[in-house]
Amino acid sequence: MPAHISRDDVAHVAKLARLSVDDAELDTFTAQLGAILEHAEDVEALDLADVPPTSHPFDLVNVLRPDEPGATLTSDAALAGAPQAEDGRFRVPTILGEAP
Amino acid sequence: MSASGETAVAIAAVVRSGRRSAVDVIDEHLARIEAHEGSVHAFNLVTAAEARAQAAEVDRRIAAGDDVGPLAGVPVAVKDNLCTNGVATTCSSKILEGWIPPYDATVVQRLAAAGAITVGKTNLDEFAMGSSTENSAFGPTRNPIDLSRVPGGSSGGSAAAVAADFAPISLGSDTGGSIRQPAAFCGVVGVKPTYGLVSRYGLIAFASSLDQVGPFADTVEDAALLLEVIAGHDPADATSIPQPSPSLVEHLDDGVNGLRVGLVTELIGDGIHPDVAARVREAAEALAAAGATVEEVSVPAVAYGLSAYYLIAPAEASSNLARFDGVRYGLRVDAPTTNEMMVATRTAGFGPEVKRRIMLGTYALSAGYYDAFYGQAQKVRTLIARDFAAAYDRFDVLLSPTTPTTAFGLGAIADPLTMYLNDICTIPTNLAGDCAVSVPFGTDRDDLPVGVQILAPSLGEVTMFRAARVVEAAAPARSSAATDGRFHA
Amino acid sequence: MSAPTMPTDSLGNVITVAESDDVLVVEASDGSRWELVCGLEVHAELATATKMFSGAPNHFGDEPNTNIDPVTLGLPGTLPVVNQQAVELAARFGCAVEASVQRSVFSRKNYFYPDMPKNFQISQYDQPIVVDGRLELPSGHVVGIERAHLEEDTGKSTHVGGAGRIKGADHSLVDYNRAGVPLLEIVSRPHVRSAEQARQYVAELRSILVACEISDGKMEEGSMRVDANISVRREGSDELRTRCEIKNVNSLRSLVRAIEHEARRQAELHASGGTVTQETRHWDESDGRTHTMRSKEEADDYRYFPEPDLVPIDLGAERVAQIAAALPLLPAQRRRRLAEVTGEPVTAEAVVVTVERGQDDQAVAAIELGADAGRVLVHVVQNLAVDGGAELEPARLAELVELETSGDLTATQAKQVLAELVADPSATAAGVAKAKGFEAMDTGALEAIVDGVIAANPAEWEQFRAGDDKARKKLSGFFTGQIMKASKGQADGRAVAQLLAARSAG
Repeated sequence: MPAHISRDDVAHVAKLARLSVDDAELDTFTAQLGAILEHAEDVEALDLADVPPTSHPFDLVNVLRPDEPGATLTSDAALAGAPQAEDGRFRVPTILGEAP
Repeated sequence: MSASGETAVAIAAVVRSGRRSAVDVIDEHLARIEAHEGSVHAFNLVTAAEARAQAAEVDRRIAAGDDVGPLAGVPVAVKDNLCTNGVATTCSSKILEGWIPPYDATVVQRLAAAGAITVGKTNLDEFAMGSSTENSAFGPTRNPIDLSRVPGGSSGGSAAAVAADFAPISLGSDTGGSIRQPAAFCGVVGVKPTYGLVSRYGLIAFASSLDQVGPFADTVEDAALLLEVIAGHDPADATSIPQPSPSLVEHLDDGVNGLRVGLVTELIGDGIHPDVAARVREAAEALAAAGATVEEVSVPAVAYGLSAYYLIAPAEASSNLARFDGVRYGLRVDAPTTNEMMVATRTAGFGPEVKRRIMLGTYALSAGYYDAFYGQAQKVRTLIARDFAAAYDRFDVLLSPTTPTTAFGLGAIADPLTMYLNDICTIPTNLAGDCAVSVPFGTDRDDLPVGVQILAPSLGEVTMFRAARVVEAAAPARSSAATDGRFHA
Repeated sequence: MSAPTMPTDSLGNVITVAESDDVLVVEASDGSRWELVCGLEVHAELATATKMFSGAPNHFGDEPNTNIDPVTLGLPGTLPVVNQQAVELAARFGCAVEASVQRSVFSRKNYFYPDMPKNFQISQYDQPIVVDGRLELPSGHVVGIERAHLEEDTGKSTHVGGAGRIKGADHSLVDYNRAGVPLLEIVSRPHVRSAEQARQYVAELRSILVACEISDGKMEEGSMRVDANISVRREGSDELRTRCEIKNVNSLRSLVRAIEHEARRQAELHASGGTVTQETRHWDESDGRTHTMRSKEEADDYRYFPEPDLVPIDLGAERVAQIAAALPLLPAQRRRRLAEVTGEPVTAEAVVVTVERGQDDQAVAAIELGADAGRVLVHVVQNLAVDGGAELEPARLAELVELETSGDLTATQAKQVLAELVADPSATAAGVAKAKGFEAMDTGALEAIVDGVIAANPAEWEQFRAGDDKARKKLSGFFTGQIMKASKGQADGRAVAQLLAARSAG
C-alpha cells in the first residue's frame, strides 16, 4: 500500500485533473498531500475485508422519474453564460484528438 | 435576534398581522448591513433592490389577505453556493465569477414560498472547502464577536450574518461541520440535518454523499422553523428522503424528562480545550437537571472519521469540480487548444485549497489506489454508522463539543492538516448521515462563544431540537461585554 | 496456492471464445494462418421521450442547444434523476436476450472532453443492469452477451476549418442536444468469429431492439453505434492476443470491411514479428483502413466510483417476470414460426429476410388464410421489397395468391396486380385483374400458341425432345419465353410447362 505520495504522483494527478503546477508548488503539494495521507494510514491499516462499503448514508433504492418532458432552456439562455459562442453553439479552441 | 432585536418568529408574526411592513423590516436590516458589512464582509453580494421589491410584494399580498407563509417578511442570508435564479452565484471562487444561474435551488424556492426575503449571498471558503472562510477568493469574513478572529467555515458568511444581526436566519451547507463549526465560533445555533432531509438540488456540490443544507439562527426555535420550511421530499434530488417535512416547532417544548443522553468519550478528552470541555459538561448537567439521564458512551470508530473524510470528500469533489473547465460558463483563460484552455482556466480559477483537495481526491480514486483509499474509507463509514447505531440503541441523543477550540485568529493556522483537525467532532455525523445541532453555551476564558453539539440518529431531529431547547434555556447569557464588543478587533 | 490466472472480463468471468464452423482465417504474407476473435459493443439510444437523467426531450435533428435544461448542461448544483422508462427498456432487452436483470448501480466515469458537460459520464460499471445473455443468429450460431448497461450520451462537436475534420480544424462548436440521451451499451462476449457473424449479430440485435420498441435502431442517425474489439490468433490455437477497439463503424457494410481489414493488419503485424498495441482505432470509410485514435500516454484512468447522487436500481424478480411476459415475439421465434408454416428451413434466406423486414406477420396471416406458402414468400421477399417492406393486408395478399394458384393469374400478372394493390388500399385483386384485362387464357388458345411456337422452331424442338436434362432445361426456358411473348404475357407458366412436357412425351 502506498504510504506517501511522490512528486511524480502529484504531477500525474495534476495532469489528470487538468491543473498546472510549477516546481515550487509541486514541492509544497507533495509535502502537504503526504502529510494528509500519512494521517490516513490509520484507516488504511484497518482490516475491513468483511465490512461492506457505505456509498449512501440513507438506504434508498429505485428512485425514478416518470418519462415526462419538463421545462427546457432556450439556446439563448444556455449560451448566456458561455465564455464564447458561435452559431447557437459553445465555441472552444482546437480539440486535439477524439473522445476516448 | 435581528436588527430590531426580534427573532424570525417574532418578525413573521408582526408582518403577517400587518402591524409592521416587510419593507420596513428589510430597510432596517439593510441599514445595519450598510453600517457594518465593511468590517465583517459576510456577503459576496447584497441584493438590496431585489429584497425591497420582494418585501413590497409580501406587503401587497398581506394587504390582499393572502397567507404569505411562516417566514413572511423575514430577512434571510443565503450561502453563495446555493443557486439563485438571475442572481450571481460564485462559491467564492474566481472560476464562477460572473455566472448567473438560470434556476433557483429548491431550498431558495421554498424560502420564497414561505415569504422569506433573501438579502444577499454570503461568503464561504471556496467551494465550501475550509474551516475559516479565509479560503474565499473575495477575501475573508471576520467574526462579528471579535473582528481579529475567523468566523469559522465554510459557511462563515452565513454564521457572521446572523451573529451581526444582518438577518435573523440564514442558510449554510455542512459537509464536515461547515454549519456547526462557524455557528459555534460565532455564538449562534447551526443545524446539520439528516442526510436526505433537505434537498440538495441547486446546492453546488462539494462532496455529494456528505453535503446537506441547513439553518443558522439566533434561537433554537428559529432554526427549527427554518428547517421545517426547507425540509421535505424533492423529486429533483434522488437522495431526498421520500417523507414530508417533520413538525419540529410543535415539539420544541416537550422537554427532556427521561431522555437518555450519552456524552461521547472520544470527543471530550485529548485535543479538546479544557474551557470547551467544561462547558460541555455543564450542558450535560443542565440536561440532567431537566430530567435527562446522562452517561458517558464510547463511539470508537469516530477516531477514524477525519481520515475517512479526507479521502471521501476530496474524491467526490475532484469529480464534482471537473465541470469547471471554461467551456460552458464562468471563467475562461484563452489558450491555443481546448485542453490547454481547460488547464489554464482551472489553474487560474481555483485557489490552493481547492487544488489541494482536487489532487488528493484524484489520487484517492486513481487506478491502483481506489481500494486502499476511497473503497477503504467507505468501509470506515459503515464502521462509524454501526458504532453510532450501537450508541443510539442505548441513548436518544449524544453530546459533544462542536469544536476543539473557540474561534482562532485570522491567519493563525497555515498548515492544512491542523486546519482539518477543527472538524474532528463534526465530521462523524456527516459520514454516518445523521443529524446534529450546535447550540451556544457560555464562553471560554477570552469571552469567546463555545458551541455544544447535540447529535441524534437519522431523522432524530424532533428529539435533537427538544434537547437543544433545554441547553439553550440553561446557557449562561453572553456577557454584555461580549455582545457590545461586536464589530471591534 | 496459486492457479494460473485466466483472462477475465469486466465482471470477473473467465473469457471464453466460441467455437464456430464459420471462422474468418487470414493468411499472412509469410503463409502463416490467423483466425479472428471478435466481440462487439453496441450503443443503442433508447426510445424514451426524455433524457436519461432529466426531463429535456430526447429528440434528434433539432436546432442546436434547444433540447437542453440545467441538468443536461451539467450546471453547478444540478442533480440527475433516473428515467424510469430507460430502466424499463433496459430490463426489456435483458429479458429478450435471456439475461439476468439484476440490482444495478450507477458510477461516474471521469475524463475531460468538451462534449461532456460534467467531464464525467454517468454509466454503470461493476454492477450493470443486464448480465449474461445470449443471442442466436439466423445461422444458428450463438453469441454470448456479457452485459448491457445504462449510460448517458455525450454532446456533439462540429469542427470549423480543416475541411470539417477534427485534425486541422481552427476551432470547434459544441451542441449538447444529444448530451444525456439514454444509451444501452450492449457488450458481447468474444463469440463473433467471422465478419458475416458480426453483420448478423448487429442485424439481429437491431431487429430485437426495434421489435421490443427499445430503440429505433437507426445506424445512419447514430442511434445505434458499433465498436468492434478485434484480435487474431494462430489458427487452431486457444490463446488470447492483444485486441484493438475499432470505432466509427457506421453501417453493416463498414463493419464487415473494418473487421476484415483489421484482422489482416494484425495478422501481418504478428507474422512480421511486430506487436499489436492495445489501443482504440478509428475506421476510415474513405481509405478502408483503421487508424490510431490517440497515443498511449493518455492512459485510461477513468477513476470510476459509485455515483453519489443516485441510488441503486433493483426491479425485483416479480417486475422482471412481468416485463418478460409482456415481450412481443422475438426475431428468432418469428423465424421458427415462419419456417414452420412455410415448411422452409429456419435458416432459409427467404425466412431470414422476411423476419428481418418485419413482414412475417403478414406472410403468416396470409398463409393461415389458405394461401400457398411458397407464393406468399416469393411475393413478400421479391415483390413487396420496395422501401424495405410495403404493407399489404394478409386477406388481400391471400386473395391474390389464390387467383395465382388457381391459374387465373400468371406470376407476371400477379406481380403487376400486387403493385396496384399496394398503391390503392381500396382495390381488390380480382378487380385489378379484371381492369387490366388479365383473364386466364383458355386451354385451347394456349395449345394453339404452343403448337405454333413448336412448328416455328423445329430444330430446337427436336433437341428439346431428345436432349439430356441440361439441354432440356436450357431449351425449356427458350420455349417458355417464346410462348410468353406470343401470348403477351398472359400464359400461365405452369400450364405452359405442363403442355411442353405433354407434347414432348406424345
